[in-house]
Amino acid sequence: MSFDAAVVRKDFPIFETEAHGKPLVYLDSAATSQKPRQVLDRLTLFYETENANVHRGVYELSEKATAAYEGARESCARFIGARSTRSIVFTRGTTESINLVRFTWARENVRSGDEILVTEMEHHSNLIPWQLLAQETGATLRHLPIDDEGRLRMDLLADYITDKTKLVAVALMSNVLGTINPIRAIADAAHAVGARILVDAAQAAPHLSFDVNELDADFLAFSAHKMCGPTGAGVLYGREDLLEEMPPFHGGGEMIREVWADRATWNEIPYKFEAGTPNVEQAVGMGAAVEYLEGLGMDAVREHELELARYAMERLEQIGATIYGPRSLEDRGGVVSFNLDDVHPHDMSTIVDQEGVCIRAGHHCAQPLMRRLGVPATARASFYVYNTSDDVDALIEAVEKSKGWFA
Amino acid sequence: MVRVSLEDLYKEVILDHYRTPRNKGRLDPHDVLLERNNPLCGDEIELFLKLEGDTLQGISFDGKGCSISLASTSMMTEKVKGLSTKDARDVTESIKRMMAGEEEGDPDELGDLVSLKGVVKYPVRIKCALLGWNTLLEGLDQAGRNEP
Repeated sequence: MSFDAAVVRKDFPIFETEAHGKPLVYLDSAATSQKPRQVLDRLTLFYETENANVHRGVYELSEKATAAYEGARESCARFIGARSTRSIVFTRGTTESINLVRFTWARENVRSGDEILVTEMEHHSNLIPWQLLAQETGATLRHLPIDDEGRLRMDLLADYITDKTKLVAVALMSNVLGTINPIRAIADAAHAVGARILVDAAQAAPHLSFDVNELDADFLAFSAHKMCGPTGAGVLYGREDLLEEMPPFHGGGEMIREVWADRATWNEIPYKFEAGTPNVEQAVGMGAAVEYLEGLGMDAVREHELELARYAMERLEQIGATIYGPRSLEDRGGVVSFNLDDVHPHDMSTIVDQEGVCIRAGHHCAQPLMRRLGVPATARASFYVYNTSDDVDALIEAVEKSKGWFA
Repeated sequence: MVRVSLEDLYKEVILDHYRTPRNKGRLDPHDVLLERNNPLCGDEIELFLKLEGDTLQGISFDGKGCSISLASTSMMTEKVKGLSTKDARDVTESIKRMMAGEEEGDPDELGDLVSLKGVVKYPVRIKCALLGWNTLLEGLDQAGRNEP
């Protein structure tokens, strides 16, 4: 097998730095990933040789910038199996992508008495927009429960997707539990009642190979910064016919076709949704990140992360940690949330930081899920392409040390 | 300047109060009950105050949270119990200035509480350390409004 994390790690300059005088053990990639030299070089190349506004100038430099920006759109489309770049709207990130759907499609299609279905494991970014929409429209927000191992209660799906359901908003992978959800089955149930499905792929896109057509997603959102790219760039994938009929989101330059003093017509998709000068270099960086991941091979990425997750769960269990989320590897990713005895996750996080180990502690932007799990917070280690089994060993050693402080 | 290592901070001060919190549990009767939380880490606190004239005659707390938030609150109850409301406010403001890095913290005024300064190096945890104190200030405000 060609994937070698020790080699991949050399692509990431941050690992030349230290934390508290110790080697950096970065286990918070579910929050944001580190960036490889290839992406950083692409950003620099853009600034040094291609920078101009896009879709504007008739001069060569602007055409170069536009080509770079649109090339990134092609890479993103290819990465998720979209048939056309017309389906790929560049946004600032997953949260903006979801809010775009809330303020356009949902405002036109969700009415008082309708139902919006989310799940108990959603990140706040795929929950709050729908709470706000429900409050605004009088629609009802429902939550598909999870079972004790952090899987969706698919046996209850028929009770939760009804003739009143207009939208199902669900994560492809949980940022807390690591659970990979059976999107296709949910999409089929949603479509059977004429509802649409929005997939939050913020956690999945960096780690899994998937195809929007196989998922039968109507909308799908993801961010560059969790997948080796810069912050400030993300994608909303939308089915072309849906995007066509949706009203614009923000008004401004670029999203128009023709403007009069009192009215305007809209540009074609996806530009209708890209008002103002976009985050051009971030989008270019996102394209470079996608190409970097394609070079590694997403199947190899997944296999590598699962091996780390398996090893981490095994070691954590040996030291008596409680692990949240599925224990089988088939339907989980490389996110491992855990608690250890009476060591509060925040104490643990501060203590392991002294050893150079970066883990997340808290509610992970999923407070309803924390209540469901019956804990105020968890510690979370999340793995990516640059992590090795040495990182897991460093984690375990540091966690044991934190346990020792409280012994 | 007193240098407090994280390990020393935990082992010598925090864990003592974390394991054996002072003034923990309901206080009845009480004049003020406030519930507050630190959404960042899920810490929750209930603070009970009993006043006699201008004196903070009784104080207790309940709740769950990380060791720094619970220990800081436990130490707080020990420190301010029996003080006048003005003195309790003054101590609280001193602690807040110390945690903001504006003051070194006077051992004569603050006693053991000076050790909390070790938390200043961990900005995210300062909110944990101040949860109880900020709740106390609010409680004192509320008690003031309750005055006939």
